[in-house]
Amino acid sequence: MTEPIKIRATLQGDTTDIRILMQHPMETGQRKEQGTGKLVPALFIQTFVVTANGKTLVDGQLNTSVSRNPLFAFKARGLKAGDKLVVSWLDSAGNKRSDETSVSS
Amino acid sequence: MPPSRSHGDLRRHLLRAGGAGSAYLALIASGLLAPTRVLAAEWQRPAFTATNFADALKAHGSQTSSEHREITFNAPEIAENGAQVVVDITSNLPDTQSIAIFVEKNPMPLAATFNFANGALPQVRVPLKMAETSRVRAVIRTADGKRWHAQREIKVTLGGCAG
Repeated sequence: MTEPIKIRATLQGDTTDIRILMQHPMETGQRKEQGTGKLVPALFIQTFVVTANGKTLVDGQLNTSVSRNPLFAFKARGLKAGDKLVVSWLDSAGNKRSDETSVSS
Repeated sequence: MPPSRSHGDLRRHLLRAGGAGSAYLALIASGLLAPTRVLAAEWQRPAFTATNFADALKAHGSQTSSEHREITFNAPEIAENGAQVVVDITSNLPDTQSIAIFVEKNPMPLAATFNFANGALPQVRVPLKMAETSRVRAVIRTADGKRWHAQREIKVTLGGCAG
């Protein structure tokens, strides 16, 4: 039911550029369904964690006001090609998703 | 064993468990255990659900902060589509631990918070929904517990919360 998290981590000198696309509707609870006019219930990612080799790099908390299918950009030092990066999120309905990638040079 | 005795044991057990829990909270509060190590950190409901800017800042503990030039805030001056307003925030303040982003005039102003650790640089790019033209404030917390901010006015021609 959940869509994969798309992660790209690329070494640029001594820093790693990390791009994370979380495919999620991020419903605010204020949007009306076209046709029926009914409010679509809120459904949004509340917490996420980015880890590298098991250590937390970023932990984030989000509200309904983050865009649909949000693309995040982060940077980190001290990583090398092949390091394992894992991104996990938990949404307001209790759905979970976790995906991983390796740092590429 | 009389029933009162076993009740006493249970009570003592619960008291001990409660004591351990509060000791753990005290450790978090004192900063000895970094909250970033707790993987499933609880969503900060009071701060995220506050419905005006002053209450959201207060619930987040960020009601008193000074503006700082060492925070870079990149954002469009005018956003045609409030459903996707990309802001890019970088803190050049030493020992930055977290960045929180508030959209002053959104129905719930606190949009996102990010904690950085283990070599993550204190910067983030995130797309936001904006209901209307508003000031957007980034609050930075440094390791000494101080809060600093940078803010921008972003004009929105088409609001993004109902769309």
